[in-house]
Amino acid sequence: MSNIPGAPGATDTGGAPDASGERKVSETLHFARRNPKLLIGSGIVLTLLAIGLVGPLFIDHGPNVYVGPQSQPPSSEYWMGTTTFGQDIWAQFVYGLRSTFLTGLLGGGIAFIVGTTVGFVAGYKGGVVDEILNMLTNVVLVLPGMVVLIVAVAYLDVRGLVVQALFIGLTSWPWAARAVRSQALTLATRDYVDLARLSGRRTWRIITSEIAPNMSSYLVMSFILLFGGAVLIAAGLDFIGLGPAGGVSLGLMLENAGGWSALQLGMWWWFVPPGAGITLLVGSMYILNVGLDEVFNPKLREL
Amino acid sequence: MLELSHVHKVYRVGAFGGAKLRAVRDVNLTVKPGEVVSLIGESGSGKSTIGKMVLGLTRISSGSIRFEGADVSRIRGFSAKKEYYRRVQGVFQDPFSSFNPIFKADRVFSMIRSSYFPEMSDADWRDKVLAAIGTVRLDPENVLNKYPHQLSGGQLQRLLIARALLLDIKLLVADEIISMLDASTRIDVLNLLGDLKERGLGILFVTHDLSLGNYVSDRSVILRKGAIAEMGPTRRVFENPLHPYSRHLLSCVPQLHRTWAEVDAELAANPPEDVELPTVADGDDSAPLVEVEKGHFVGIDQN
Amino acid sequence: MTLRVNDLKVYYQTLRGDVHALDGVSFDLADGEIMGLAGESGCGKTTLGKSLIRLDGRMRHVDGTIELDGKDVPIADDRAMNPFRYHEISLVPQYAMSALNPTRKIGRMIDELLRARGVRPASVAEELRRRLELVGLDPDVLNRFPIELSGGMKQRVVMVMATLLNPSLLIADEATSALDVSTQRSVAESMVEFRDRGYVKSMIFVTHDISLVYQMADTVMVMYAGRIAEKAPASTIINAPRHPYTKMLIGALPEVGTTTEDARLEGIPGTPPGLLNPPTGCRFKDRCPIASEECSEVPPLVEIDPGHWAACWKTGR
Repeated sequence: MSNIPGAPGATDTGGAPDASGERKVSETLHFARRNPKLLIGSGIVLTLLAIGLVGPLFIDHGPNVYVGPQSQPPSSEYWMGTTTFGQDIWAQFVYGLRSTFLTGLLGGGIAFIVGTTVGFVAGYKGGVVDEILNMLTNVVLVLPGMVVLIVAVAYLDVRGLVVQALFIGLTSWPWAARAVRSQALTLATRDYVDLARLSGRRTWRIITSEIAPNMSSYLVMSFILLFGGAVLIAAGLDFIGLGPAGGVSLGLMLENAGGWSALQLGMWWWFVPPGAGITLLVGSMYILNVGLDEVFNPKLREL
Repeated sequence: MLELSHVHKVYRVGAFGGAKLRAVRDVNLTVKPGEVVSLIGESGSGKSTIGKMVLGLTRISSGSIRFEGADVSRIRGFSAKKEYYRRVQGVFQDPFSSFNPIFKADRVFSMIRSSYFPEMSDADWRDKVLAAIGTVRLDPENVLNKYPHQLSGGQLQRLLIARALLLDIKLLVADEIISMLDASTRIDVLNLLGDLKERGLGILFVTHDLSLGNYVSDRSVILRKGAIAEMGPTRRVFENPLHPYSRHLLSCVPQLHRTWAEVDAELAANPPEDVELPTVADGDDSAPLVEVEKGHFVGIDQN
Repeated sequence: MTLRVNDLKVYYQTLRGDVHALDGVSFDLADGEIMGLAGESGCGKTTLGKSLIRLDGRMRHVDGTIELDGKDVPIADDRAMNPFRYHEISLVPQYAMSALNPTRKIGRMIDELLRARGVRPASVAEELRRRLELVGLDPDVLNRFPIELSGGMKQRVVMVMATLLNPSLLIADEATSALDVSTQRSVAESMVEFRDRGYVKSMIFVTHDISLVYQMADTVMVMYAGRIAEKAPASTIINAPRHPYTKMLIGALPEVGTTTEDARLEGIPGTPPGLLNPPTGCRFKDRCPIASEECSEVPPLVEIDPGHWAACWKTGR
C-alpha cells in the first residue's frame, strides 16, 4: 500500500527540494492552497457551474413550461416557487445559469482570442503592423460598446445566444489587446526569443511556445475578467429586452420579473434568484481574479 | 567569409520619427575562417547592433553584409533565413535570459532538431548532442534534463555554444557572452572560443572589456559612436594604439599589475607619436580609415 | 578602528530553509581604510554590504556584533538603525538614480532626503555645491531631472549626496560596475579623493572586479561561500596571495595585452557550494587542488603576516 499519498514510501521519490524542477509550479500551488480569496472565489464559481451543468438533468420539463400553480412561494415541490404563469423558477434558474455560462464562455472566449491575437502580433511584430493594430484597437476602444450592441442586436432578426455572444466578444476585446501587447512587447526583447528565431522557428510558433507560456497567469486573469464582463453585458442586454428570443437566461428572468411587477406584488422569489446568481457569479469571478493575482505575483504574496 | 561594407544603421527617434540616431556609421570589416575578431566599445558604440545585424535580427539602413559572397543583409523569407542560420549562429550576453525559464535547458537542442534535423533517429541525435556537449567540456550528467535555474551561468553559456555547434556553422557571433559570468568561469568560456577558432570557425566577439577583448582575438576593432576608431592585429592595437581614443581607453582600464598612476607616468615618459587621422567634412556621414602600418587602420576622430 | 565586525551571521529565509549567506564573518576596518570586497556572485559580499545598513525583509540577523567607532550597531533593529543610516553609515548602490522618482528635480530630491534625516537643507547647501564642483559637476545639475544625466554623472551625484554628512563608513555596492571604463576611472578616483579629504572616514567597496579594487583600495578582502577567504593589503593580494582560492581567482584573470598564445589561463573547476545546506569544513575543499583530510575542519581566519589574514590550513601559521 505504498502508493497512498502521504505514506512514507510514496513521498520519498519526488520530495527532495533541490531535485524538484517544478519549483515554480509547486511554489504557486503552495500559495494557491493558502489563498482564501482564490479558494472562496473558485469554490462559488465551480458550485454555480455544477448547478448549471447538472441541474437541468434532474428536471423533466422545460424551463418555460407552465407546470404548476401560479405565483407560489418556494415550497418542497417548487424549490424557488413559481411565476405568475406557473413556470418553475428553479428550472428557469438552472437553465438560465447554463446559458449565462455559455454566453460568458463564448463572449469572453471570442474577445480573448481576438484580443490576445491582436496584442501578440502587435507587440511582437512592432513597427507598422503595431501602429495599424494599435489604431484599430483604439477605434474599437472608444466606440460606445453598449450603444453599438443595442443597435446591432436590435437590428438582427435572429437573436440567438450565439449571435449575442459574438457581438459581445467583438466589442469587448480592445483592453485585453492593449494589456497583452504591452506584455508581449517586453517579452519579445528577451534573448530566448532571438534564440528561437536563430533556431529557425516561425513567428506564430515563437508567439505560442515562447512568449505566451511566460504570461500564462496574465492570460488566465484576462480571460476571467472578459468572462465576467461578458456575463454582465449579456445580463444588461437581456434586461432591456434584447436577449435571445424564446430562450432563458438569468437576465431574461429578471426582465420578466420586472415586466410582471414581481417587485410590487412582493414575489421576491422571482427576482432574487437571478439577481443573486449574476451578482454571485461575477463577484466571485473578480474575487478569484484578485486571488490569482496574489498567487502569481510574488510582490503581493504574504510570507 | 563575412564582409561588412559601408554598413550604416540609423534609428528614427522622437515624436514623429523626425530626429535621427546614428547607431552604426560606415563600418567596414571582415572575418575570415579560423579568425576571432573582437568588436570593442563602450555603451552606445554600436557594437551589439553590428552583432545583431550580422545575425539578421536588426535590419541595416544601408551598405551590405556579405557572407561567403552572398549579400545576407537583405534576405527575406523564412526558408532563406533558416538556411542562413544553418551556417551562422549567435550566443548572447545574459545566459539566464537566453533560456525560456519555464522549460528545461536542453529544449534549446530539441528546437534545433525539430527545425533542422527532423529526420534524424533518436540514437544519432543523442550522439550528436553528446559530442557537442563534450566539445564545450561539460559533463552531460550534470547539464541534461535540468531547468535553467539549476545551472550556473557558465554552464548555460557553454550549452548555448554547444547548441550552435549542432549545426555546421562557419561563423559564431558572441555578443558579450562572458560579461555576466564570474571571473573563475569566464576564462574557460574564452578558452573554448580559442578551441573553436582552431577548428576553423570564424568568431565575431563583441565585448566592452578590453582585457577580455585581447585574450582570444586575432584582430581587434575599437568602435566609438558607431564608427571604427582603430582596427588592426590585436597585438599591434594594444601595444601601439594610434587613435587618441584607444589610448584613452587603455589608460582607463583597471589593470592587474599596474596602477592607473603608473600607466599615466609611462605615457608621460614616452609620449606616443601622433598619427594623422582621416577627416570628413561636416554633414558627410562616411567614416574613412587610413592604413598606418600593415593591416593597422585608424579612423576619424569624433567628439 | 572605525568598524569591527565580529562573527556576523546573516541568513536569508526561503521556503526551503535558511540560506547561510553570511556565516561567521569577522574583520576590522581601520580609520581611513578603503577596503575592496571581492568575490564571485553568491559569495555573500552584497549581503555583507546590505547587512551594515539595512536588512531587507527576508534577511535575518542570527549572530554576531558590529561596532562602529566604539558604538554597537543594532542591525537587527530596523528602527534603532535610523540614527546610524546616512549620518554614520551611507550607501552608494549600483543603480541609485534609476530607482528614484524621474519627475523630481535632483535638488529637490536631495532636500527631501536631508529633511527626512532631520537636517536643514540650507545648512549644507554651500558644502553641497562645493563638493559637486569637486567631482567635476556643474552645481546646475541640481535643477535637472535624473534622466538628463549620464550614468557617470548620476553615480557622482549619488556619491556626493551619500557623503554630505561626512559619514564614518561608506558602502559602495558595485557603484561603478555599470559604467564605461573611462567614467569608471574618474568616479573611482573621486571616491579615493573623498576619503583623502576626510568626507568619509572609511569605505567598503563591493565589486566583482579585482583589477579595479587594486587601483583604488588599500586592502582587499576576498570572500567565498559566505566566509572570508583572505584579507590583505591590495598589492599583497594581487602579487602574493596565499589562500588557494585567491591564487586561482587571480590566475584566471586575463590581463590587457595577454593572448592565448602567451599563456593559456585556467579557470577554477566546479561551482561554489549551495548555501542552503553548506558543506562542513572548509567550503572551498571540493574545488581546491591541495585539499587534504584536515580540511574537513573549518579553518580559522588567522593573521599569517602582519595585516595579512587567511582562512586555510595550508597557509602555515
